[in-house]
Amino acid sequence: MDIHEYQAKEILAEYGVKIGDGGLAYTPLEAVQRAREISSNSWVVKAQIHSGARGKAGGIKICKTHDEVEKAVEELLGKKLVTHQSGPAGKICSRVYIEAGTNFTRELYLCFLIDRSSERIVMVGSTQGGMEIEKLAKTNPELIHKVYIEPAVGLQDFQARTMAFALGLEDPKLLSRSVKIIKGCYRALRDLDANMLEINPLVVTDNELIALDAKMSFDDNALFRRHKIAELRDKTQGDHREVAAAEQGLSYVGLSGDIGCMINGAGLAMATMDMIKLAGGEPANFLDVGGGASAERTEKAFRLVLADKNVKALLVNIFAGINRCDWIAEGVVQAIKNIDMKIPLVVRLSGTNVAQGRKIITESNLPIIMAETLAEAAEKVVQARNEMVARGT
Amino acid sequence: MSILINEKTRIIVQGFTGKIGTFHAEDMIKYGSNVVGGVTPGKGGQKHLDLPVFNTVKEAVQQAGAEASIIFVPPAFAADSIMEAADAGIKYCVAITDGIPTQDMMTVKNYLRRFPKEKRMLLTGPNCAGTISPGRSMLGIMPGHIYIQGNVGIIGRSGTLGYEAADQLRMLGIGISTSVGIGGDPITGSSFRDILEFFESDPETKVVLMIGEIGGPQEVDAGVFAKDNLSKPLISYIAGLTAPEGKRMGHAGAIISSAGEGAAEKVALLRELGVTISATPSDMGKTVAEVLNKM
Repeated sequence: MDIHEYQAKEILAEYGVKIGDGGLAYTPLEAVQRAREISSNSWVVKAQIHSGARGKAGGIKICKTHDEVEKAVEELLGKKLVTHQSGPAGKICSRVYIEAGTNFTRELYLCFLIDRSSERIVMVGSTQGGMEIEKLAKTNPELIHKVYIEPAVGLQDFQARTMAFALGLEDPKLLSRSVKIIKGCYRALRDLDANMLEINPLVVTDNELIALDAKMSFDDNALFRRHKIAELRDKTQGDHREVAAAEQGLSYVGLSGDIGCMINGAGLAMATMDMIKLAGGEPANFLDVGGGASAERTEKAFRLVLADKNVKALLVNIFAGINRCDWIAEGVVQAIKNIDMKIPLVVRLSGTNVAQGRKIITESNLPIIMAETLAEAAEKVVQARNEMVARGT
Repeated sequence: MSILINEKTRIIVQGFTGKIGTFHAEDMIKYGSNVVGGVTPGKGGQKHLDLPVFNTVKEAVQQAGAEASIIFVPPAFAADSIMEAADAGIKYCVAITDGIPTQDMMTVKNYLRRFPKEKRMLLTGPNCAGTISPGRSMLGIMPGHIYIQGNVGIIGRSGTLGYEAADQLRMLGIGISTSVGIGGDPITGSSFRDILEFFESDPETKVVLMIGEIGGPQEVDAGVFAKDNLSKPLISYIAGLTAPEGKRMGHAGAIISSAGEGAAEKVALLRELGVTISATPSDMGKTVAEVLNKM
């Protein structure tokens, strides 16, 4: 789960990281009020969306007067910002963060994340803040410093100092500040079950270090024990189909194709989508209905996939392990009877009681196209989709 | 021979008396697995499915001679159960539980590393379908009847995609020595590479099918290991060609977060390392058959 910049900054401030004076606003009027409260002669208005690279998309504006703040906020609120991280659909900005302008001498990069290879938390730093770290890793890998943290003992002071020296923070005052910040970030990541915590840039002023931007992302599997974090979720930032699916306990990812998919198991779902692509089609979604595909759950899943108006054909692929094909077939038949389906449906069942399952579908006399193998299912659904398009519906 | 489990392996079920634990324990017993009891703290001394219930894993090891365990404990308590099994002297543990926090798994892995290698419990999963040595023992939740006994070793991250592979092989009359699910989480007990080592030393296994997916470095690490250390052909399919960057595809670990983690990139790297690639998921069985025929 991702959170907004201002939320990450509030968390970091609690862990001893210095942030600039700032405040949140939902309207231009509120924004001007925030600017008045912040004693500064310039303000930065920042769109709060779940994406990096906001600057290039026009999501960050520097203002010299309160009038400029008002105007900038009027422009940003309700605007769709498309960054290279947000996907083509972009993200709608519905809140802005007003912050005092900060003069700084250097921009640094600092990040903590869980490294899958070493199964440890790794701290990543660079003197080249403000840049995208992925690009820097390609062009100048020698400028990226990594420190791996031993899980049994946690982050030690000497490791924090190692990073501080690598970032050129030898000055005694800055050195002690950076150790405090680095340890604070580590504790925030550990205490709150975050997967990633990034400060980019971390700026150096005369004798202070300030987090100018901050990003945190949390482990969905740990939200059950992080209630305060779970409350920070901003549903407007997610794909509305994905949000609706999550509320029904279904795992869904919206894509840009037009062949709807409903599959049990994440791996089989990805594999089925691969087959659709190889057969010349484009999947509209990833949808894992899980192990217990009851009639009720099947109907919910159908409705979810069909809510995407791009969908021109639907493929159901179920491998019955724990459950049985005949139960699933009954679920599909019942769901179809309750839903007014206007697009072709291809069903492929395999596993336990497959013969009985196929019989139920055939005898239902519903216009369901049956397939035996994965390849056949993909070919048939692509063909059905092409016929739909040719008919101009 | 098979790897990890056989008809003699003495199995206990952690989370035995719960609904899910009961359902799968019955299924494993029906399959012929040597289930000797289970653990549910606070219910020690009772009988469940005609088998003894223990309060602790240690008691199950001491009194029932338990060697392997399977975990159906809910996510919040699963890491604790895994560590209890390791401490009690269980040799092999399968964690079925889906949804264990990543940092809990970091703690588990760190705990396991404290044991010297010869005393260290082997863990597969979490978030997997388990392990089956067809005709001998099932330590998992898979439909046992689709697996026939034979010479193909299977390692996979996904449950149902593994079933798909086993079913394709069965249609071709090809059997399996052992199929191991390593799970779909970002941090897993064992990697593809770890399990490849077991298959290398199993005379019954002639080829290995590795069913991977997007996210993380595991598949390529296994390919690098196989190049110099695996004397048997390695065949692989990688799922997720259509997966966009930065989106979690069901499994917590199936997310492309850096270069080299996409399906096409992994396939290219594995090909370079000499791994035989099944280009589509419907060709997994056929590709294994072709490799076997050439041997």
